[in-house]
Amino acid sequence: MTMEFVFFQLLNGLSFAGLLFLVASGFTLIFGLMRVVNLAHGGFYLVGGYIGLTIVLATGNIWLAALGGALAVGVLGVLMETSLLRRVRGQELPEVLLTIGVAFMLGDLTLAFWGGDPRAMPLPDYLSGSVDLGFIGYPRFRVLVTLLAVAVGIALWLLMSKTRVGAIVRAGVDDREMIAALGINIRLVFTGLFFFGALLAGLSGVVGAAFLGLVPGESDIEILLFALVVVILGGLGSLPGAAIGSVIVGLIDAFAKALVPELAFFTLFAPMAIVLVLRPEGLLGRRA
Amino acid sequence: MTSTIPRRLRTPLAVTAAAMLVAVACSAPGADETAPPEQAGEDAEGPGDGQEDTPTGEVPDIDADAINVGVLAPTTGTVAASGQDMLNGWNLYWDEHGSSVAGREIESVHEDTAGDPSTGLNKAQRLVGDVGVDMLVGPLLANVGLAVAEEMNRQQMPVLLPIVSADDLTQREQLDWVLRPAGWTSSQTTHVLGEYVAEQGYERAVTICNDYAFGHESCGGFANTFTDAGGEVVEQLWNPLGTQDFSTYIAEIQQADPDVVFSEQVGADSVRLVQAWSSFGLTDEIPLFGNDTLLDQSLLRNMGDEAIGLQSIGRFTEGREAPATQEFVNAYLDAYDELPSYYAAAMYTAARWVAEAVEAVDGDVSDGEAFLDAVRDVQLDDSPMGPMSLDEYGNPIQDVDLRRVERRDDGRLWNVSVETFESVGQFWTYDPDEFLDQPVYSREYQGIE
Repeated sequence: MTMEFVFFQLLNGLSFAGLLFLVASGFTLIFGLMRVVNLAHGGFYLVGGYIGLTIVLATGNIWLAALGGALAVGVLGVLMETSLLRRVRGQELPEVLLTIGVAFMLGDLTLAFWGGDPRAMPLPDYLSGSVDLGFIGYPRFRVLVTLLAVAVGIALWLLMSKTRVGAIVRAGVDDREMIAALGINIRLVFTGLFFFGALLAGLSGVVGAAFLGLVPGESDIEILLFALVVVILGGLGSLPGAAIGSVIVGLIDAFAKALVPELAFFTLFAPMAIVLVLRPEGLLGRRA
Repeated sequence: MTSTIPRRLRTPLAVTAAAMLVAVACSAPGADETAPPEQAGEDAEGPGDGQEDTPTGEVPDIDADAINVGVLAPTTGTVAASGQDMLNGWNLYWDEHGSSVAGREIESVHEDTAGDPSTGLNKAQRLVGDVGVDMLVGPLLANVGLAVAEEMNRQQMPVLLPIVSADDLTQREQLDWVLRPAGWTSSQTTHVLGEYVAEQGYERAVTICNDYAFGHESCGGFANTFTDAGGEVVEQLWNPLGTQDFSTYIAEIQQADPDVVFSEQVGADSVRLVQAWSSFGLTDEIPLFGNDTLLDQSLLRNMGDEAIGLQSIGRFTEGREAPATQEFVNAYLDAYDELPSYYAAAMYTAARWVAEAVEAVDGDVSDGEAFLDAVRDVQLDDSPMGPMSLDEYGNPIQDVDLRRVERRDDGRLWNVSVETFESVGQFWTYDPDEFLDQPVYSREYQGIE
């Protein structure tokens, strides 16, 4: 194994981790405050990707696509939260079943609207091509995804730790009743957070459409699976946990496929199982 | 294509399919209105595709004087888009030529297999038992095809497989009632490619194929003839179906430093591999050759500039200049506003095959064995896929093209023919008996000595 190969795989793992973090951060934010395991997150991702794709095909503008995909899915999240989830608030099983139901509906609707052919997002020239990193060339888009994930991560961290909104959310994670008693409209906070989490899913869908392509009934489920592994590893509800989980899963995925291809899925799930046994709350999660 | 669904996806997909069934059953108003009363109840779960005048999910009124053909194609599930192509091709033939053959009406009855073996078998049973079809044509996936073929062979029902390419169905495990008019074996085309690539002077190949039977067989065909012609396969990579990220495999290919790469991929994996190939800048560095499915029109429709110039081997070339091909391509374009894939071309050609066989038995298909003999004897001097006839094992001898992706004047991508290899059989230049003494291509056996 040459140094170039190791470095190359590091980049592969880190850029995939970037995408995973974008998906998992929204998922873990929603769980952290609302205790809702939103299994429709993969569906959100898929819808975001398709809306982005449609915008790119119509306008050729990838930035407009990212904005449109993210906002549309954010609105979709608000609709789901206010019209469906609110009715079963606090009842864990109905909540999860409801999100599964929405996930299937989104999968079928995308199939009906956009057809079953696998699609790939065309990228403008300045995003395709590769950057010269001295001794190897690497796709520019993947580098940008990594940087985007870092930027989103920092922005989220600032938002949560430095702003009043962040303080409310963090307080809500600790004690929901107390927050409500202090006169804060927790309903509004919930809806706002769901909007934000769904927005991140929509954005990651647009990124994912260019990164991995879109297949209804496949992309949504696979990415949800990866997101679940990431947040279970890192700790449900923890942003830094999602970051660490993404990097671990991304790197394992890259190196395991190269070194022990037959065991690629085992090596992905084994660390999750070990963490669950030794530290059920995840690496950076807190005991409930 | 002979794809199968990754095991880890089966449960979620099954639940999805169940949800879809409910959705479709609920959203088919009036589906029961025209169904015979005794069948209305059990039809509620059937999401059939509307075929000709057959409303969703019902057994149509059967014309007792007609010849009934059961068409199995997935129109829901992950391979629904290609399944629709199959139906489009099949229907186009009858629309163009009329459905009356030798004085009898040909009635096509479609059932949706949903890409699932047990669903496919159930639907086949229903076509045979309830509808009383005279033959079955389709399906798409190998696992569905195997399930249907084995059971229907037992029931002595003619089964025609234009798409399912599992090698052994016309090699080591032939079934008397199963033939492949307008069909193929997975390794039939890649045998041609392996030798061609070696003759171009390439010496060190890496292969990257899906880790299941269709991938093993496609890859085996290439590896066998490439090494026989003096090439060396330096590494074989097997990616699981539904590989999300190809970057790792790209890194391994670069490390192996081959002078040529062969790849078989299906569906979304094709799109992702081609995308990765271009974004990692390999397009100008390492020549990539694909099998039939890597750059099939069903995928090219959704690819961009990254696919232009890529070469593949294939038995259907939508850009082939022959009049028979271009007439079909233009008619298909008029009818469906897209270029035909090999799924469409094979089903169109199979429809003609059926028509000629029915003609040969004067419209009397009551004797299944006599009908199958007629199918065996059909010789197509020309078709959208070129001339075709069956070998003694029931698989076509057909032309195979080396193809290159180009952009048409109307902006669509398509495959054009670079070189045509005529009359290619499933055993290539090998002696059939010696070939059949070898095991079927698998991950362990790739024909490399």
